[in-house]
Amino acid sequence: MSILVNENTKVLCQGITGSAGSFHSKQMLEYGTKLVAGVTPGKGGTQFEGKVPVFDTVADAVKQTGANTSVIFVPPPFAADSIMEAADAGVSLIITITEGIPVLDMVRAKRYLQGKPGVRLIGPNCPGVITPGAKCKIGIMPGHIHKPGRIGVVSRSGTLTYEAVHQLTQLGLGQSTAVGIGGDPVNGTDFVDVLKLFNADPDTDAVIMIGEIGGSAEEAGAEYVAREFTKPIAGFIAGQSAPPGKRMGHAGAIISGGKGTATEKIKAMEAAGILMAASPAELGTTLQEAVKRGPKKR
Amino acid sequence: MKIHEYQGKEIFRKYGVPTPKGILALSPSDAEAAAKQLATPVVVVKAQIHAGGRGKGGGVKLAKSPAEAKDLAKAMLGMKLKTIQTGPEGQTVHKVYIEEGLAIGQELYLGVTLDRVTSRVTFMASREGGVEIEEVAEKHPEKILRETVDPAVGFLDFQGRKLAFGLGLTGATVTKFVQFCSALYKMFVETDASLVEINPLVILKDGGVVALDAKVTFDENALYRHKDLLEYRDLAEEDARETQAKEWDLAYIALEGNIGCMVNGAGLAMATMDTIKLVGGEPANFLDVGGGASKEKVTAAFKLILADPAVKAVLVNIFGGIMKCDVIAEGIIAAAKEVQLKVPLVVRLEGTNVELGKELLRNSGLAITPADNLRQAAEKAVAALK
Repeated sequence: MSILVNENTKVLCQGITGSAGSFHSKQMLEYGTKLVAGVTPGKGGTQFEGKVPVFDTVADAVKQTGANTSVIFVPPPFAADSIMEAADAGVSLIITITEGIPVLDMVRAKRYLQGKPGVRLIGPNCPGVITPGAKCKIGIMPGHIHKPGRIGVVSRSGTLTYEAVHQLTQLGLGQSTAVGIGGDPVNGTDFVDVLKLFNADPDTDAVIMIGEIGGSAEEAGAEYVAREFTKPIAGFIAGQSAPPGKRMGHAGAIISGGKGTATEKIKAMEAAGILMAASPAELGTTLQEAVKRGPKKR
Repeated sequence: MKIHEYQGKEIFRKYGVPTPKGILALSPSDAEAAAKQLATPVVVVKAQIHAGGRGKGGGVKLAKSPAEAKDLAKAMLGMKLKTIQTGPEGQTVHKVYIEEGLAIGQELYLGVTLDRVTSRVTFMASREGGVEIEEVAEKHPEKILRETVDPAVGFLDFQGRKLAFGLGLTGATVTKFVQFCSALYKMFVETDASLVEINPLVILKDGGVVALDAKVTFDENALYRHKDLLEYRDLAEEDARETQAKEWDLAYIALEGNIGCMVNGAGLAMATMDTIKLVGGEPANFLDVGGGASKEKVTAAFKLILADPAVKAVLVNIFGGIMKCDVIAEGIIAAAKEVQLKVPLVVRLEGTNVELGKELLRNSGLAITPADNLRQAAEKAVAALK
């Protein structure tokens, strides 16, 4: 078991013929992901890498291949439309990698998804989701650093997720599923959603949660952890030295009006019983420490 | 992208959001002529910089005659205006805006922004106009009224009425306020704004509703579909290195310290800065070279970092994901040679072929110190300063 994606996940890639889409589709196939279809309007009827059929619309791809998950590499001006197309076609999990989607496009897309119960969006501006034990890698993360196991990873950042996964693997701790929720101010699945899934997953023993400055998703996550989460959990927040009012690379990583600081988030997470890593060099060892401490005292 | 008050008001007028009459002046004599043309008993001389808090900093003053407007403009133009948002060095005033004086009855606050919790556009209004809204939010959150807009139907009249009555408005002013909000919402959505703040929004003695200030920021990700707005960009107001970085598709933010940082990924870049601080150093910048960290990008990044004379050491932290470490190391060496790097360079690589990468760095003939992990890299960079 795992969360979100597993051996039954059949993936279609929107934007499969673009440069990022084709590069990462090859990587996904190599890893063992069941990539069953591609979608590029106007290129329907062709084959990707001689084995993956390409369709003009997501609806066609779903009908012909039974794909249940989409990964989106479509350029920012068209990405929100692609999300809604996937939702309309009945895809239940939409993982959006694209960075730089206009915020108001996402506001509309999220509103549209509210009318589609059963559809979950991950991202945008995220590395994707991977379940190493099911050989299912959906996104841009380097597959080889992962190892099947029982630690859940959830993060707003890309390379910082890889850092955590790499450290865990070095320590012999494999991962059940690693989820990047993305660095944009408007995104689909948040910390609370993923933590709930990990809490209910019998094959996840402990979780590491990595946040950053901006917004209040970490505080909401901490509130949930304090209320319901039962497993050992470690955490880290990036941006303790970030100046206010400046966007730190990610569109959502900004301290505005004195809100969204690392200090506030760390305080909330500590108060919820999350063991916080002092530096990103200690993500793995902090998780180990949290496991040693045992299940969260309630 | 931030724009000036006078530009924000220009856009307001296009959408029917009422503003005072005003004229931009680049010289004291322009200011005098503008005051004459406006012909109100009092005019307001307003320094145009991208930072808020101008009033308290001495950037907004009343003139009772065109001659006084000229004198005030003379004093303001070229001055370094310090406000709570400019930092201690202040920002040079290159333009002033001359505006008609109005008979003000009441000062309110109105802001439109994205609420990240609901993922929707939200109106915020308060009776506490003209002061620091952050302060109000902190001390008296109940004094801020909020209305969240459903993007499917847009801003609705009843929401405007709720705000208006909540603010204590009466009579014909209520309708005017509702119209004001509807026009503002249309402008916000059609221009892909990310923030519009009007502080103060004024109720005139005759009941009119007017935007006395306009602080407008646009979503950079949406600028591709607003070529007209690009004309409002004022590079003199932006950090030259941040602008340069954008041209190279790098995310860069200048900071106060002396250890230059180059990292792939925004989260890891922030975490690298944090670690430098944790071990007693001060980062000189935030810099995300992007996932690939190609030789071209690394070269551009070095140039950017070294343009800051405060930089006394450079820390490179790359998590080689899909790219192999030896390829990245070759890129770093080539880039360091090309820019003739003179300061100590500490490099931490992680990922596939990491040992090969480190060996290349050691044998490069350059003063490169490889590090095994991020904490060690930060410690080595701090040690290299001595």
